[in-house]
Amino acid sequence: MTDKKQNLIDQKLQDLNNDGIDRRGFLKCMAWAGTGLLWTMSGGVPMSRAFAKTSERHLHKGDFSFVQISDSHMGFNKPANPDVVATLQAAVDKINGLEQQPEFLLHTGDISHLSKQEQFDNVDQILKSANAKDVFFVPGEHDVLDDNGKSYLERYGKSSQGSGWYSFDKKGVHFIGLVNVLNLKAGGLGSLGGEQLEWMEKDVKHLKHSMPIVVFAHIPLWSVYPEWGWGTQDSEQALGYLKKFGSVTVLNGHIHQTMQKVEGNVTFHTAMSTAFPQPQPGKADSPGPMKVPAERLRSVLGITDVNYVRRRHSLAVVDSSLG
Amino acid sequence: MTRKNVSIASLVMPLLIAALLLFAGAATVGANDQPSAANAEVKIDNFSFGPDTLTVPVGTTVTWTNRDDIPHTVVSTEGVFKSKVRDTDEKFSYTFATAGTYPYYCSVHPKMTGKIVVK
Repeated sequence: MTDKKQNLIDQKLQDLNNDGIDRRGFLKCMAWAGTGLLWTMSGGVPMSRAFAKTSERHLHKGDFSFVQISDSHMGFNKPANPDVVATLQAAVDKINGLEQQPEFLLHTGDISHLSKQEQFDNVDQILKSANAKDVFFVPGEHDVLDDNGKSYLERYGKSSQGSGWYSFDKKGVHFIGLVNVLNLKAGGLGSLGGEQLEWMEKDVKHLKHSMPIVVFAHIPLWSVYPEWGWGTQDSEQALGYLKKFGSVTVLNGHIHQTMQKVEGNVTFHTAMSTAFPQPQPGKADSPGPMKVPAERLRSVLGITDVNYVRRRHSLAVVDSSLG
Repeated sequence: MTRKNVSIASLVMPLLIAALLLFAGAATVGANDQPSAANAEVKIDNFSFGPDTLTVPVGTTVTWTNRDDIPHTVVSTEGVFKSKVRDTDEKFSYTFATAGTYPYYCSVHPKMTGKIVVK
């Protein structure tokens, strides 16, 4: 990376750090290595620019990155994508080709399409080809069908509690995996439930305010589009426990498109799917799989690269499509 | 009336009556009407149940068919019935032996709701 570019990045991060996340929605995130989308919010108007492949950036001690993938829907085979195996493999290949290799992966759910053992097996198999060996999961509603999440938990819930929630620390960042796809009530949205909320309150109670927090869950923890169930009933309470923290990043899936919102100290971000896209809120009768011309499919599927710069206590979120 | 007309009339009248009856019968089979046990169907498509309210006589077997390209479930809110996940073209049936109102929803996409009214 040229000095000029590095200076620009440093300056942007400086702004970010001094302002925190500006309450008027003024946010600058920077793209790091690889092809990606730079999201800029200026006066409430989102703008994005594509970045060409850059050379190495300076890595400092304590810096690291991780990649979020979501909604692989292993087992789906309808016209919107007849080959979800190929597109998940393409996502892994893309991750393996990143300039800065991620320390681990986060999968924000809908791993399988029908909660079948062979579908989970297929995903595990494909993820074995990722250089990053650690993968952290949270379930989507497609992963807990028929058995209330029993087979999901058996496979992925070893160090979790309740229906599969847990937390862990990596290089000074606190990660919280939440489950909001069980015990859904008629007419309702995603749901965390009292037991999980109680656990979360205790989990963050004694953490330092300067510790960056990353929360990941399948259904968006903010109200993207309630008419289509794109929201979580009791997320307000969960976010309330995080008010004291200077940097909170919420990573979700479920809606199969990128969406971002900044509210106070919290950045909300949803990822693309590696399987099929869905329509924008209200732009179709229902939120089902959206067919696009075959040559366009990979451009609407993708991964999310998150870079943590320790000395700035900030995370930069970069989305990139598969093609 | 001539003999010719009388004979035509005697042919036409029963036909007219038959047609009226048939027509009347057909006209009453609407979304919220009482289908026979043979055609108590709910189609699942575009993230909705169609019709979303179905009224049936006691003893009817209602069959839900998933025509959507995404799997759904049919779950009674009162715990009366619960389907396994139904992928495209799969069906679920339940026989309603007792009168009452049975609200239900899709447990995967809870915004999808419906109701069976059993009379």
